[in-house]
Amino acid sequence: MNQFQYVRPTKQKAAIDALARDANAQFIAGGTNLIDLMKRGVMAPQKLIDINRLPLTKIESQNGSLRIGALALNGPVAEDKLVLERQPLLAQALSAGASPQLRNMATVGGNMLQRTRCPYFYDTALPCNKREPGSGCGALEGFNRMHAIFGFSDKCIAVHPSDMSVALVALDATVLVSGPKGDRRIPFNDFHRLPGDTPQRDTNLEQGELITAVEVPDGPFTKHVHYQKVRERASYAFALVSVAAALSLDGNTIKDARLAMGGVAHKPWRLTDAEKALIGKPATEETFRQAATVAMQGAKAFEHNAYKLKMAPNAIIQALKTAAAA
Amino acid sequence: MKTPEKQIGARMNRVDGRQKVTGAATYSAEYKLPGITYAVLVGSTITKGRITSIDTKAAERAPGVLAVITHFNSPKVPGFDTAGKDPSQPATVGGPIKIFKDDKIRFNDQPIAIVVADSLERARFAAGLVKGQYAQEKHQTNLEANKAQAFLPTSAKKNPKHPMNDYQRGQVDAYKTGAIKLESEYVVPTEVHHPMEMQAITAHWEAPDRLTIYDKTQGTMATRRDFAREWGLPEENVKVIATYVGGAFGNALHSWQHESAAIIAARVVNRPVKLMLTREQMFTMVGYRPYTWQKLGMSATPDGKITAITHEAIGQTSTFEEFTEATLAQTRMMYESPNLTTRYRIASLDVNSPIWMRGPGEATGAFALESAMDEMAHLLNIDPLEFRLRNYTEQDPEKNRPWSSKFLKECYQLGAERVGWNKRQLKPGSLRDGDWLVGYGMGVGTFGAHRGSSKANIRLLPNGTVLLQSAVTDIGPGTATAMTQIAADTLGLAPEKIKFELGNSDFAQAPTQGGSAIVNTVGPAVQEACLALKEKLRTMAASSNAAFASTEKEDVLFADGYLTLNGNPNARVPFADLLKQTDGGFVTVESKPQGDASKSFSMYSFSVHFAEVRVHVLTGEVRVSKLVSCADAGTIVNEKTAGNQMKGGAVGGIGMALMEHAVIDDRFGRYITKDFADYHVPVHADSPDVQVAFVNKPDPHVNALGTKGIGEIAIIGVAPAIANAIFNATGKRLRELPITPDKLLV
Ligand SMILES: Cc1cc2nc3c(=O)[nH]c(=O)nc-3n(C[C@H](O)[C@H](O)[C@H](O)COP(=O)(O)OP(=O)(O)OC[C@H]3O[C@@H](n4cnc5c(N)ncnc54)[C@H](O)[C@@H]3O)c2cc1C
Ligand code: SF4
Repeated sequence: MNQFQYVRPTKQKAAIDALARDANAQFIAGGTNLIDLMKRGVMAPQKLIDINRLPLTKIESQNGSLRIGALALNGPVAEDKLVLERQPLLAQALSAGASPQLRNMATVGGNMLQRTRCPYFYDTALPCNKREPGSGCGALEGFNRMHAIFGFSDKCIAVHPSDMSVALVALDATVLVSGPKGDRRIPFNDFHRLPGDTPQRDTNLEQGELITAVEVPDGPFTKHVHYQKVRERASYAFALVSVAAALSLDGNTIKDARLAMGGVAHKPWRLTDAEKALIGKPATEETFRQAATVAMQGAKAFEHNAYKLKMAPNAIIQALKTAAAA
Repeated sequence: MKTPEKQIGARMNRVDGRQKVTGAATYSAEYKLPGITYAVLVGSTITKGRITSIDTKAAERAPGVLAVITHFNSPKVPGFDTAGKDPSQPATVGGPIKIFKDDKIRFNDQPIAIVVADSLERARFAAGLVKGQYAQEKHQTNLEANKAQAFLPTSAKKNPKHPMNDYQRGQVDAYKTGAIKLESEYVVPTEVHHPMEMQAITAHWEAPDRLTIYDKTQGTMATRRDFAREWGLPEENVKVIATYVGGAFGNALHSWQHESAAIIAARVVNRPVKLMLTREQMFTMVGYRPYTWQKLGMSATPDGKITAITHEAIGQTSTFEEFTEATLAQTRMMYESPNLTTRYRIASLDVNSPIWMRGPGEATGAFALESAMDEMAHLLNIDPLEFRLRNYTEQDPEKNRPWSSKFLKECYQLGAERVGWNKRQLKPGSLRDGDWLVGYGMGVGTFGAHRGSSKANIRLLPNGTVLLQSAVTDIGPGTATAMTQIAADTLGLAPEKIKFELGNSDFAQAPTQGGSAIVNTVGPAVQEACLALKEKLRTMAASSNAAFASTEKEDVLFADGYLTLNGNPNARVPFADLLKQTDGGFVTVESKPQGDASKSFSMYSFSVHFAEVRVHVLTGEVRVSKLVSCADAGTIVNEKTAGNQMKGGAVGGIGMALMEHAVIDDRFGRYITKDFADYHVPVHADSPDVQVAFVNKPDPHVNALGTKGIGEIAIIGVAPAIANAIFNATGKRLRELPITPDKLLV
C-alpha cells in the first residue's frame, strides 16, 4: 500500500476542485472497494478525498422519480420505505449484494463504480489491460469462468460485478453528476462502457466528476419484479449470472417489461429486444423462453464460461416466472 | 460429602469459551512484547528459476524500516547445513527449503525477502518497494499433465512394509473380469485449510542462545525440536508458546519458511519480530490438500457382493519434499472384497509442499470409494445403504483380525432414520419440490484410533485447586475442556477447581495435535496423573492419619480444604498440612499404550453422513437441506464439543463438495483464486442445522477411557454423501469436485 494524503472536504465544490486539480487523487466513500485495491497495489492514489461529509445521503421523491443520494448506504437504501414501495426490484438487487457489514459501509455511488473482480486485474504480477494498458489480457486465454459473454473485446473480457447496477439499468435510472464544467445527467445505460480498446475506462465519468445522486423514474414495476442471482454459495458471492426482471401485467398479459442481466458483460446488460418480445404476450413460460432466446442472441463463450450460455437464459426464465408469480 | 456429578459425558461449556468470545484469549500475533517490530514477507512472482538480483534500496530507505533481509545478506543459520537433506523425510526444519539460503525459486510466491519495520503499515509499504529480478525456467504446476512422471514414494521404496506400498489381496485387478463392473476416475482439486487465524509468529531472542517463539503450531514440542535443530541449540533453550490456536485443520503440522524467516529477522534486528501471513499468502507459503487424481474399478455379483476393487491415486507434491497421505487406507478395510488392489503414487510439481488437511488422505480417498459404492448400488438397482450392509465387515479384511470395536451398523440406522432415508427413491430424478429436484445420499468415513504416549504434570495448590499442565495445543476441539472433565472425574473434584494449562513446550511432553489422537493419548496421561497425585497425597496423609494408610488411592476424596476418604468422613487431613510436606512441585506421569492391543485389534473410529440436497432445475444451484452425521467414536467425553467437531467437519465437507477449489493458472504457476471472494468456503446460509448422533459406546482396547477420536471422521465421507445425493436428485454423476452449478448445467 502506498502512502497518500487524505482530505475531508465538507463542501461539494471543494471536493470537485480537489479532484480536478490532481490527476492522482481519488474520491473515497465507503472504501470497501478502493481500500482493497490499494492494499493489493492495484490502485495507488496519492491523495484520498473523503466525501463522506458531503450532504448526499437523502432519499426523496421528486417530480415523478425517486432521487437517491450518492452517499446513501446500500443497506439502508434496500430497507427504505420509499424504495421498497416504488422500486422493490432495486431493493432486492441491493440485498443480494455482498454482506450486511459491507452493505452498511458501501454507498450507492461507490457501488456503481466498483471495479471488476477479474482475478488478473487484482494481481499486479499478472498481465491485465485494464490495470496496465498494453500488458495483455490474462483472462482471455486463462481462467475465464466468471467472464463476459456479451460486449467484450480482445483487450478485455471482464464483467461488471455490481448487482445494484443491473436493477438501475433495467429501471431506466439516470446518474446525476457534478464536475468542474458543471452538472450533467447520464442515462444509466450510457454510464458504464464496453471495454473496446480502452478497458482501463470503466465508465463515462470525466476526471473531477462527482456522482451526486441517482434518479429512478416512478413506474408500474411495484409488484411483479424479481432479482435472480445465481451463485454457487447461498450468500456473499458475486453472481455467476444475475437477472433483473420487472413486469407490468394486465390480467395475464404483459403490458410492459424491463429486463437486464449482470455477470455477462463489462456493463450491466439491458435486454431491450427481449423486453419487446415480452410486451403484449401472455405471461407464460413459453413467452419467457422466447424472450430468453432473443436475449441470448450474439452471446459467445470462452474456455471456462460456456455454462453461461445455458445458465443465463435459464435465469431469465426463472426470474420472469418468479416476477409474474409475485 | 456429596460426590460431584460425573463430568465425562456431560455437555460442559468450554473452559476457555469466555476468553475466546470476549477477545481476552491471546493468539500468537497478539503478544505485546517490549520493543516489538513488524515483518512482512515479499514473495517471488515467478514459479521456477533463480533470483538474479533484488532491489532493496528504496525499501531500506523507507520510513521506519529496520531491516530488509534476503539471501544476499541473511545471517548464517547453522542447521541449514545439516538438517532435512532427505526429501523423503519431510516436516523438518522449515521444510527443506532453507529460507534466504540460495537464489533458487521452487514455487510461486516463495518468500524472497522479509522487511522489518517499526509498524505493520510501514513494513507493508516498504515490502511493496522490494523488486526481484529473475532468470526464469519452465515450470510444471499441473498434475493432470504430469501423471506420467508419478512415482512410488521413496519411503515405500525403502521399506517394503511401508503403508504407501502397493497393496494386494486375492487377484490383481480382478474387477476387470467381473460380471458387473465399473471403472471411474475422480478428482479432488487443491483445497486450502484457511483456518480463521492466519499463520502467525512472534519471535524473540531472549539471549543470543535462547529463543522464545509465540507460534501458530499444532505441536509445541515438534516446533521446538525443529527450531532448536535449525539454530544448533539444545532443545531446552527454545521455548514455544501456543496457548491459543485459531483453528488449523493440519495447516500448522509443519514448520514453514515464514517461521524461519521471522526468527532470522529477530536475530538481525535484535528485537522481537511479529509476522502474520496475509490471507493471500495462506495459499502459497503454507501447505494445502493436494490435488489428487484417482481411478476406482469395482466388480460385484448381481445380488450385491463386491468381488473386487482396484483403487489408484496420484497426489501432487513439491520438488523438495515427498508428501504422502493415506488416500487409499479406507478402501483396504471398509468393505469385504476378496480381491483388492491399491496403488499410490505422487508427482512432483513446482509448488509448495502439501500438508495434511482435515481427514488427511482419507477424505480424498473416501470421495472415490463412497462415490463408487453409490455407482455400483445404482448399477445393481440396490439401495446404497443395503449395498453397504451386504458388504459390511465384521472383522478387518486387511489385517485379518478383529476390530477393537465397531458400531457402524448402529450409525447407519441412527442416520437413516434422522434424514428420512425411506423417502429416497431408487430412480434418480424422482423427487421434486417446485423448481427443485430433491435427492438423498450417504457416505462413510473412518480413521485410525491412534494412541501415542504422553506425559502430564499435576500439582495441588494451597487453595485446594489442582493444576495440570501439558505441552499439547488446542486447535479448536476443546482439549482443555475435555481434559478438565477427565481430571474432574478421576480426582472427584469439581471442574471449577481444576485448571488445565496447555500450549507451552516447557510443560509435560505431549504429541502434536492431529490425527484425532489427543483425547486418546493425553486423556489417559491426565487420568494417570490424577491417580498418581491421589496416591501421593494418600501416602502423605497416612503419616498423620492411619486411616489413609490402609486404603487405596481410589478412595481418596477432595473436600473443601482437606483430603478425606470415601465412606470414612472422619478421616480428614487439611491440604495445608499436606503441602507442608511436599516441595510444592509437580507430580509428572508418563502414560503409554498398554500391552499390545494395537497388534491384536484393528482400531478405528467410524462415521456415516447422510445428505438431503436440492438442485435447482434451471440454475443448477445446489443447496444441502439436511445433513446428518453419526459417529462411532467410542466414549464421548463432552457431547457439546464433540458435536461441534462433527458439525464443523460436516460444514467443511459442504465446502469440499460444493465450492472449495484453489485454481492455478499454469501459464504463470500462480494461484488466481487467492482471496475469500474467489475461494469459497460455506457461509451460514449454505449449512443446514447439521444433526449429530453418537453411538457413544466405549472402546475396550484403545485406552481406559474408551475414546477413539472424532476430528477426522467428521469430514471423511461428507463430500461423497452430497455428491451421491446430487446424483439421486438429478441423475448426474459428478466425479470432479467441487460440484458447482456450471457443471450441473452442461
Ligand atoms: C467481499 C466483498 C463482496 C462483495 N460482494 C458484492 C456483491 O455480491 N454484489 C455487489 O454488487 N457488490 C459486492 N461487493 C462490492 C461492494 O458493493 C462495493 O465494494 C461497494 O458498493 C463500493 O462502495 P463504496 O462506497 O465502499 O466505494 P469506495 O470503495 O469508497 O469507492 C469505489 C470507487 O468509487 C469512487 N466513488 C465513490 N463514490 C463516488 C462518488 N459519489 N462520485 C464519484 N466517484 C465515487 C471511488 O473514488 C472509488 O474509485 C462486494 C465487496 C466485497 C469487499
Ligand atoms: S478481462 Fe479485463 S480485467 Fe481481466 S485480465 Fe483481461 S483486461 Fe484485465
